[in-house]
Amino acid sequence: MNDAERPTPEQMLARLKAEGEPGVEERRRGRLKVFFGYAAGVGKTYAMLQEARRLQAAGEDVVVGYVEPHGRPETEALLAGLEQLPVRQVPYHGTVLREFDLDAALVRRPAVILVDELAHTNAPGLRHAKRWQDVEELLAAGIDVDTTCNVQHVESLNDVVAQISGVTVSETVPDDVFLRADELALIDLPPDDLLERLQEGKVYIPAQAERALRNFFRKENLVALRELALRRTAERVHVDVQTARTGRGALAPWATGERLLVCVGPSPTSAKVIRAAKRLANALQADLMAVHVENAATARLSEKDRSRLLAHLRLAERLGAETVTLTGDDLVTEALQFARLRNVTKIVIGKSEPVRGWFRRAPTVTDRLIHESGDIDVYVIRGAGEPHPETALKLRGERVPLSAWVGTAAVLLACTAVSLLWWELGWTEANLVMTYLVGVIVVGARYGRWPSVAASILSVLMFDILFTEPYYTVIVEDSQYAVTFLVMLSVGLVTSTLMTRIRRQAVLAQASEQRTTSLYELSRKLAALADTRQIAAFTERIIAEVFDAEAIVLLPHDGSFQPVVDHRAAFAADASEIAVAQWVYDRGQPAGRGTDTLPAARALYLPLTTADGTRGVLAVRHEDADRFLIPQTRRLLETYASLIAAALERAELIEESRAAEVRAETERLRSTLLASVSHDIRTPLAVIAGASSSLLEERGTPVEPSLRRELLATIFDEADRLTHLVENLLRLTQLSAGKFQLQKEWHPVEDVIGSALNRLKRSLQDRPINVSLPDELLMGQFDATLIEQVLVNLFENALRYTPHGTPLAITGRPWHRGIVLEVADRGPGLVPDEIDEIFETFQRGRSAPADSRGAGLGLAICRAIVEAHGGQITAANREGGGAVFTLELPADGPPPVVTLTHDPEGAAT
Amino acid sequence: MSPSAPAPLVAIIEDEAGIRRFLQAALVSHGFQVREAGTARDGLRTITDEPPDLIVLDLGLPDRDGKDLIRDIRGWSSVPILILSARDQEREKIAALDAGADDYLTKPFGVGELLARIRVALRHRLQSASDHGGAARPSTYQCGPVTIDLAARRVFRDGQDVKLTKREFDLLATLVRHAGKVLTHRFLLREVWGPLNTQETHYLRVFVANLRKKLEADPARPNLILTEQGIGYRLADPD
Repeated sequence: MNDAERPTPEQMLARLKAEGEPGVEERRRGRLKVFFGYAAGVGKTYAMLQEARRLQAAGEDVVVGYVEPHGRPETEALLAGLEQLPVRQVPYHGTVLREFDLDAALVRRPAVILVDELAHTNAPGLRHAKRWQDVEELLAAGIDVDTTCNVQHVESLNDVVAQISGVTVSETVPDDVFLRADELALIDLPPDDLLERLQEGKVYIPAQAERALRNFFRKENLVALRELALRRTAERVHVDVQTARTGRGALAPWATGERLLVCVGPSPTSAKVIRAAKRLANALQADLMAVHVENAATARLSEKDRSRLLAHLRLAERLGAETVTLTGDDLVTEALQFARLRNVTKIVIGKSEPVRGWFRRAPTVTDRLIHESGDIDVYVIRGAGEPHPETALKLRGERVPLSAWVGTAAVLLACTAVSLLWWELGWTEANLVMTYLVGVIVVGARYGRWPSVAASILSVLMFDILFTEPYYTVIVEDSQYAVTFLVMLSVGLVTSTLMTRIRRQAVLAQASEQRTTSLYELSRKLAALADTRQIAAFTERIIAEVFDAEAIVLLPHDGSFQPVVDHRAAFAADASEIAVAQWVYDRGQPAGRGTDTLPAARALYLPLTTADGTRGVLAVRHEDADRFLIPQTRRLLETYASLIAAALERAELIEESRAAEVRAETERLRSTLLASVSHDIRTPLAVIAGASSSLLEERGTPVEPSLRRELLATIFDEADRLTHLVENLLRLTQLSAGKFQLQKEWHPVEDVIGSALNRLKRSLQDRPINVSLPDELLMGQFDATLIEQVLVNLFENALRYTPHGTPLAITGRPWHRGIVLEVADRGPGLVPDEIDEIFETFQRGRSAPADSRGAGLGLAICRAIVEAHGGQITAANREGGGAVFTLELPADGPPPVVTLTHDPEGAAT
Repeated sequence: MSPSAPAPLVAIIEDEAGIRRFLQAALVSHGFQVREAGTARDGLRTITDEPPDLIVLDLGLPDRDGKDLIRDIRGWSSVPILILSARDQEREKIAALDAGADDYLTKPFGVGELLARIRVALRHRLQSASDHGGAARPSTYQCGPVTIDLAARRVFRDGQDVKLTKREFDLLATLVRHAGKVLTHRFLLREVWGPLNTQETHYLRVFVANLRKKLEADPARPNLILTEQGIGYRLADPD
């Protein structure tokens, strides 16, 4: 919004057309053709239908979406050969309204669709409030639209038409929609011919509006309207010609062109000023900005004024203006500051009525603006008087709380008490007056204008009654006391005015600081969050705090659309609300309560959009639907939405890159695994195949019995090795798939040592094995099958890397958190540098002999198993040579007590 | 096997032809008659046509769950069933044993191991038949230095009397009655502690540890009461 170089839509579109630039919008946008006329009955619908027939004849897929036939036979005849979409029947207050069926049109998806009456207002309950919004959606869906429109429906001409014809048209189309039309076909008919047709009854006029419309169809009206339509079309043609001429250079107008600023207020004439500004902007092909200055006075606007102000801002928005709300005490200063900041060349303002000052005519806002504007042109639009809201409000004043009056009374009583003291002491009257003056200053400073006025009057009265002759009467004998009174009153007023101004500024500064702080906090916190859920939860909380509203972040998930955080909030559970969110997500446009789209929804839905598209939807609900219509609030909310969207995008990117990392790592593991496993499988297979084939082919020369046994033993050993390899692979898959359920139970440690040794009985035959366990039964809490696997792997590892015949040792001992197991050998030990790496998958000890086997899986599995138990496995070199592997296995608590009843039996005693 | 007795008939139900072939070769060369089937359906037909003395059943048949088949067979026959399974199938093994299988072998296995299991199973078959008038069940058990006299409820190690508690003796006696066969934790708990105590497996483990302490030379490298990890215990075959 704040990009100074942002082209207006029509310029953008013009440029697109000029360059034929593809792919700016992913989906081709449909073309809009408007059949434009100056009044009903000139033949727009007829011309549109004729064109449809022509297109149909040329083989185009043309469908009539909606046409008001008005029962005219010519129109009916043209309609006859065309495909028509069924009309949507909407029940409304006992009657049935016939409406264009947008959804049916989107489903049918013709190449070209005819939708009559662009300015039509839809029946309540339909998705959009206005038909032009339906058309926008059709265009966005890539469907070409033919439509009709009369000049009086163009928003910026609305008041001009009202002036000419005396009829105010409430159905209007924003200028932008109209200007963005790809083609404008002017359907013209001389007014005399039109009137003739009217006489012949060929122009449809609704019965209820007949009188008003009869009035409308006066020749002078029609001539003026015709001129307006022709001029409008000419302007449009001028733009087309320029675009065609400048080609790529179409960038220039918006970079250096004029910029208009219009000041918007709550006054009823403001609308007129805005339209005038838009017309001026159109003529100059300039950007239009609408500015409203928010200050303490506007914050206290009446309900009516506020809603009018909102209506004006929305009007400006509809007219394609960028609306800005500024905060500051002085309209002129703020507006000019903004204008200079944004390189505004012209300011448009309504004429303000002079306000009567106490002594002289105070300069009006207009006067000051002209005086201070410098090189910016100021256009003053005549209106029925535009008092500046602040000026208007000053006189109405603010409500004074009861406590202020009580405080005022207390101050006056105190002053009187002190004055009485001076009086008793016999001090002069001047001291008494000064005392009261101090009281008035205090009241003015603390309680504001009206209490200070009251205090001035009361002070003079008290002084008069108590301290001047005749005592205890109100009669002022000496006229000099009038001066005392005036001085007190003016001092009170000046003090209270100054204080009020300071207070207002403080309140405004505080509000603006609060917003800045909350935005800062939001962006700072969001930057620290990398998880979608966290972002959503945090966002919801902070929006609830700042806007005092229920907020929900909805994101697409597995094809459905749902809140990220579980919600008790009833509105998010509603399927129809989710449908609104889905619409917002699909179109990237806000909808719901307080907007023109699906206004019946219970919440306002804002798209969370980034450059890459819509990430999700922010739903905000507040009891007061108008709350989010205040541009300032709305804009702040939109700023929040964009911050959230950026955070979500970042979180998604982080998640994606993390997933990619995991994929890459998995891929790397897989390839290493394959390479290493295939080697480890192929070697034993080769041995088995070789040994068995030499036995099979012994026919010629019989194999010696001892060699025969040796070959058979080799085959068996290799098969055994393969079995272990497969078992390890299976365990690894189970563990890494995470679907393994740990069966943690209490086991005597000797039990698992025994079963592990038993499994390796054959290969451990020639090894002295020293098992050392405490005398007390040592119990550990673990999954025995897995720990057996760990021990088997450690023993196999020791067998592989240590010379034949060297001893192995296994030790079990209690540990404060469970048990510790140690498997030790007297081999060459570990290379110090690689101790940390040996538990990595597929890392083979460098000290391994060249022909050693084993995929290096063994230790990786050991670590995975031990870590699954919450323990850890470490390796170290032993004193006196060899390696030691230490397993720490924690338990959830002390081992269960098993009572062994001592009832000896079967004994021979 | 006495020479006069007919060769025992073993039915092999296994879908892998390679394993079937090797089993058949090994068993025939050790004096067994063999019938083969590759599916549960064929297997059922084989054993109903000609009731075998023992069934070797693979748990991973393509057409039917092995446990189901065991339950089916147990409906009408008490023929010993020996199951073949992989190491990581503890749960299935336990389920199959609970369903009525007599013992299991973990693939891959050696012929020696297979023959030992078959011998044990056939012996137990004869003994349980003895309860109905068949061969007598021996009342003493001898393995290495340990002698157990079930009738006298006495246990000797190297000729020395070993004092056992009543529970320990009951546990040992249960193991002796099924010597050579795997007994699941659940089975042992039910037999010794009664039907309500089938979950407190650590009780059983502590009792086994105590028995080992009293009977084994090195309790961490037992020769008598062997651990079948994740399944249960097995008492070594008597000498």
